[in-house]
Amino acid sequence: MALDDLYREVILDHYAHPRNRGRLDPSDVSVEGANPLCGDELSLYVRLRDGRVEDARFEGRGCSISQASTSMMTEAIKGKTLEEVRALVAQFKGMMHGQEVADDLGDLAALQGVRKFPVRIKCATLSWVALEQGLDEHAAGHSTAKTTTETGS
Amino acid sequence: MDLGARVREDFPLLQRTVGGQRLVYLDSAATSQKPRAVLDALQAYYRDYNANVHRGIYRIAEEATARYEEARAKLASFLGAARPEEIIFTRGTTEAINLVAATWGRANVASGDEIVLTEMEHHSNIVPWQLLAAERGARLRYIPVTDEGRLDLGALDRLFGERTKLVTLTHQSNVLGTVNPVRQIADRAHAVGARVLVDAAQSVPHQAVNVTALDADFLAFSGHKMLGPTGSGGLWARYELLEAMPPYHGGGEMIMRVDLDRSTYKDPPHKFEAGTPNIADDIVLGVAVDYLRGIGLDAITAHEADLTAYALARLREIPGLRVLGPQVAVDRGGAVSFTMDVVHPHDIAQVLDGEGIAVRAGHHCAQPLHRRFDIEASARASFHLYNTREDVDALIAGLQTVHRMFARSSRVKEEVGGVG
Repeated sequence: MALDDLYREVILDHYAHPRNRGRLDPSDVSVEGANPLCGDELSLYVRLRDGRVEDARFEGRGCSISQASTSMMTEAIKGKTLEEVRALVAQFKGMMHGQEVADDLGDLAALQGVRKFPVRIKCATLSWVALEQGLDEHAAGHSTAKTTTETGS
Repeated sequence: MDLGARVREDFPLLQRTVGGQRLVYLDSAATSQKPRAVLDALQAYYRDYNANVHRGIYRIAEEATARYEEARAKLASFLGAARPEEIIFTRGTTEAINLVAATWGRANVASGDEIVLTEMEHHSNIVPWQLLAAERGARLRYIPVTDEGRLDLGALDRLFGERTKLVTLTHQSNVLGTVNPVRQIADRAHAVGARVLVDAAQSVPHQAVNVTALDADFLAFSGHKMLGPTGSGGLWARYELLEAMPPYHGGGEMIMRVDLDRSTYKDPPHKFEAGTPNIADDIVLGVAVDYLRGIGLDAITAHEADLTAYALARLREIPGLRVLGPQVAVDRGGAVSFTMDVVHPHDIAQVLDGEGIAVRAGHHCAQPLHRRFDIEASARASFHLYNTREDVDALIAGLQTVHRMFARSSRVKEEVGGVG
């Protein structure tokens, strides 16, 4: 298995220089994600304005794949409507589970190499599962949520 | 020729390649590889004398029963037990500890009592006691771990008292490699009237363990870490404790007589072995014991101490690498866990796998211990008798590759969340 497929330059760059790290206070969506397999934990914060993502930040530690995926995700969702964010989540999860990639995924497309390493797919999807959970809770009127890689996929 | 090079040929799996490269297996703390004698014995059981034990009148059943009890006797002798009936076969260490918690624990631990553990326990020696403590209203207390990765024995004075019912600790840490002074702690525990359980999953495969010398009351071990089959293992306990303990599982094989409203039970060990046991694997665990004894436990300990000292010295060559636990191979086994400042343990293991090197990454079922050192995860290389200095050299070369890959893209001064 070629490790170059996994560790693309753009992934290593996001890992070494994560975008949007930090807390967001106040936030409209605040969710904790955990991967019990490795103990990685992640906190994700989203602030909304007029139905769009105004800002998104994250805290926590994790491997290069989970950190890069989260970093890219926070960049990708800024400015999007909630419907667009949900569509992106579905598209990303679809990509990780082997579906064809749309050409507008940008940097995120670099993560499709992870598919060849099944153990690492949950590293890539952790923050996306957390985001989806957070949006569901937000829609239900709650501002915080918790999830793990064992509850979503 | 050193021990590792000499015995490697006995282990068929170590002859294979992964992705065209020599397999460098450095995860024996998770499970050991099996010698040909063990593989052959497994097949021989199913091929030649597969029959249920303790019930058949016919010859192959007698043969299976004899071999099964012979394995029990081998384990008793191997561990220095007073008699074979002190060995209960279980699926491994986890089940052995759960057995003690569910039987001795329920009968002896009451509200307000205390169970003393250590911060370096495997989850299997924490969670069963949490369950028991919640049920009985008992309290768990922990012997702290020092920065060097040793138990802080200065804390025993305040932790041990008349409420202490049980002291349960690992003999050899699966993360730090630390070999704990079990006898010294057992003496202190007995002085306050507590019982002592030893999690010997990581020690029995690598050093001569004698329950009398340790002065333990219970000792749990896993067959699959000591060159035996998965699903084999057991509990040693003092016979008088076993006699007084209520049964664990109810069912066939463990009863004297069953009436509609009550039953009477067999004597130990059968009282604790309900149902058809794991006959093949338990018998073959006896063969693994023969193999280990044939090599000699002292020779294995010395060989692993050499590998550990060599690894500890060479790991210093890797920039930003920090070894958890004792930095010298004294009172220390061959589990070497470490972190690197520029890369997460998962990524270390992934890149090493690309080089044919198998190491473990994660919390190694010891989350409280990792939190003690303010990390979530570590990478771990662990040795057994079949490893060589060549394996350590491969690890070092692999880690140099890891460092090159991740240091290149990480020219940042800022703290990127510790490791990630």
